[in-house]
Amino acid sequence: MSLLQVEGLRKTFGDVVVLDDFSLSVERGQCVVLIGPSGCGKSTALRCINLLERVDDGVITLAGTDITDPRVNADRVRARMGIVFQAYNLFPHLSVADNITLAPVRVHKTPRADARRKALEMLDRVGLADKADARPDALSGGQQQRVAIARAMVNNPELLLLDEVTSALDPELVGDVLDLLVSLRRDGMTMVLATHEMAFARDVADRVCFLDGGRVREDGTPAEVLESPTQERTRRFLARIRERRPIDAE
Amino acid sequence: MTVSVPPSAETGGGAWQPSAREAERRRYRRSRTVRSVLIASASTLVVIAAVTLAVVSSPGWPRVRRTFFNPEKARDALPAVLDGLWLNIRILLIASVMIAVLGLTLALMRTLRGPVFFPLRAFATAYTDIFRGLPLLLVIFLLGFGVPALRLDGLPQDMVVWGGLAIVLSYSAYVAEVFRAGIESVHPSQRAAARSLGLTHAQTMRHVVLPQAVRRVMPPLLNDFVSLMKDSGLIAVLGVVDAIRAAQIETAIDFNFTPYVVAGALFVCLTVPTTRIADYYARKKGWYGPGTLL
Ligand SMILES: Nc1ncnc2c1ncn2[C@@H]1O[C@H](COP(=O)(O)OP(=O)(O)O)[C@@H](O)[C@H]1O
Ligand SMILES: [Mg+2]
Repeated sequence: MSLLQVEGLRKTFGDVVVLDDFSLSVERGQCVVLIGPSGCGKSTALRCINLLERVDDGVITLAGTDITDPRVNADRVRARMGIVFQAYNLFPHLSVADNITLAPVRVHKTPRADARRKALEMLDRVGLADKADARPDALSGGQQQRVAIARAMVNNPELLLLDEVTSALDPELVGDVLDLLVSLRRDGMTMVLATHEMAFARDVADRVCFLDGGRVREDGTPAEVLESPTQERTRRFLARIRERRPIDAE
Repeated sequence: MTVSVPPSAETGGGAWQPSAREAERRRYRRSRTVRSVLIASASTLVVIAAVTLAVVSSPGWPRVRRTFFNPEKARDALPAVLDGLWLNIRILLIASVMIAVLGLTLALMRTLRGPVFFPLRAFATAYTDIFRGLPLLLVIFLLGFGVPALRLDGLPQDMVVWGGLAIVLSYSAYVAEVFRAGIESVHPSQRAAARSLGLTHAQTMRHVVLPQAVRRVMPPLLNDFVSLMKDSGLIAVLGVVDAIRAAQIETAIDFNFTPYVVAGALFVCLTVPTTRIADYYARKKGWYGPGTLL
């Protein structure tokens, strides 16, 4: 059974149909990358999966449970997933450590001392052990994003959603965040990423999905989708990305 | 394996019909909403009924009804109370404009940076400290009885003017702080973005900071507006006849308190639509942020 199964998802904002018959399935331990032009609905799809938006139609199942059923407790579903936003969304009034311990203490009822210890471990893992008591404002973008990933990871989520987590970062900071994702991947974390980092998609992802016109147009291994796409619109999209930043340096 | 959807499947818009699954979800949500509304209405009705019953069946109720809810007395007092209310409304309209201008000016003075502006900043700070501290009634007495007693030529003799001015001076201090809180809640990056485009401090305030700040402080401003509506009656101490004073005069005839209830009901009839309309407008304009399911 797939960990995540999205079938026929539809999401509109007023008259704008953003997702229309969007389907995706993710196996446990897989790393799936969503690519597609800006505004094609990658963020919306991730927000729907995290139940931050109410879908207009379709079904999302997480480990066999239909989480779009209004009878399920959405808070409990969200507690099983982690999401990392493009703009970090750290809480500015809390220290780095308190950002990370908020959910363990309040949601998962972890004793404060244990939560703190775990937060420090997590910070050590993301290379920010010395920043535990800093305010988010005092951190660089790349550091803030790594704190956001630590915050999402500290609850041991079954599924980690990442929305263009590197696109607001300076190029030299992107590497730190991507290295972190690669190490999470190696630990068997199930991940769905929206990203424009084609090199990451090629080297790390198990599958790449090309999203356009509100649905998945192409779904396959990185080699299939990135090297020999079957559709004209995928080729055009990839060509535009390559023009801007060559992803094949050989 | 590469799965691809033929472009012909791209029908999207047109006649979309919810699936059976979605239709069932909607039915369930609707039934939950109906259930909550029913429970809420039923419990409200029960509470109202219980309170009404308790009051009406109390031994003193017939007497209370005669002295507070006497229909004939209400009808007799209404014209005088309405006359008074018209004065409240005029004071409210004129004073609220003046308060908004003065309050905003004071708030802006407090946001000025740099040593050159120290005197302005100090003045605005001292002003808000003093006028928030002084009881409104004292300010009304000082201006209403104190200033005319100076016997200076050319000053207005109308008590409404002095009473109104006292209200403006006091309320401006409160409103200034509300505006200041709004201004300071706008993230510094907004100021940086505006200044980076070459906008001056004043332009940044006018076109970037204030529009965001004012929207954010709409609810507390409405609060002050409603409270101003009622406090405008305080100038009755200067001998002016507003709604409450008119009610008091009517009451004095026979110690029947119904005119006060009439005045109270009229005030409520004024404030409720005002706040509802303002709230509706702000929500429609998206000032309170998008309504989401979270
Ligand atoms: N809250 C919203 N209200 C209205 N339209 C929205 C909202 N969020 C997203 N959209 C629209 O949905 C489309 C997809 O947005 P998004 O999912 O952010 O795209 P992507 O992440 O792929 O760039 C865009 O056209 C955007 O304008
Ligand atoms: Mg996006």
